[in-house]
Amino acid sequence: MSTLATTTPGRAPLRSRRAPAASRTVTPHDPESRRWLRDLRGGGALHDDAVRRLHALLLRAARFEVGRRREALAHVRGDELEDIATQAADDALMGVLRRLDDFRGDSRFTTWAYKFALLESAVRLRRRAWQGREVPMEPESWTLLAAQQPTPHEDAVQAEVLGAVGRAIREALTPRQREVLVALALNGVPIDVLAQRLGSTRGALYKTLHDARRKLRAELTAEGIAPDWLERTR
Amino acid sequence: MDRPDVMEALQRLLGPAGPEIGCDECFDELDRYVDLELAGRDAEGAVPGMGAHLAGCPACREEHASLRALVAH
Repeated sequence: MSTLATTTPGRAPLRSRRAPAASRTVTPHDPESRRWLRDLRGGGALHDDAVRRLHALLLRAARFEVGRRREALAHVRGDELEDIATQAADDALMGVLRRLDDFRGDSRFTTWAYKFALLESAVRLRRRAWQGREVPMEPESWTLLAAQQPTPHEDAVQAEVLGAVGRAIREALTPRQREVLVALALNGVPIDVLAQRLGSTRGALYKTLHDARRKLRAELTAEGIAPDWLERTR
Repeated sequence: MDRPDVMEALQRLLGPAGPEIGCDECFDELDRYVDLELAGRDAEGAVPGMGAHLAGCPACREEHASLRALVAH
């Protein structure tokens, strides 16, 4: 975590990515993972059979993800959800085969492969759930929250923090940071939906969100908001 | 007395206090992290900053929960 050595209050940088996987490729410890790699890297019928088994594995993971989100997607027909699971498994298969050399062997191969199918499914399902919906980019919900009168028992510090956060959102952030922070953290827009609408990526948007959050924390600290209160928002 | 809705909104706005990894590294490390967790080993020690990222990123948190549930299934 070398980038963390220079961390100063209000600026905790995201860690940089690890070294390229190719330089760290190792032999998996467990026999099942070794068999998967041997068969997928081999040729002929053994390879074809391994690809079929891998696709079945990924489809199982994709259907698992659909099942976890079925309630939120009650308005979507079952055959459409099955299509989404199949497409996710197909794309995950391509991803796994393309990145086979990235598998470091420090997890089980099946765990490594599953994550591709879960990601592909989750991204598609989040976008499907928001299909046709407007993405709220304005801080109305914050205005409503902050405008409520404090109760007699309400923590005075909390009211002070509300005011300071509102000011920081308006005055300290760049327009892009404000747009991303409000959509993601205030209005609950899924990051993959926002990435699609803005033509960006999850990683790039999270970096923007992270920078905006650091700036808010720095502003609160500068306004003398007690550090022990901020700790409660960890 | 804190209003829970306000505390929740502030937590989402301010995010985790500590250093965290990004979404790309989270994806790279997710399988190792989950296998270590399920083996009862120190996953956070092996991937520092993962816990903070999962606290701050709902999408990665959902995928972590799904992978953990699927592998444990």
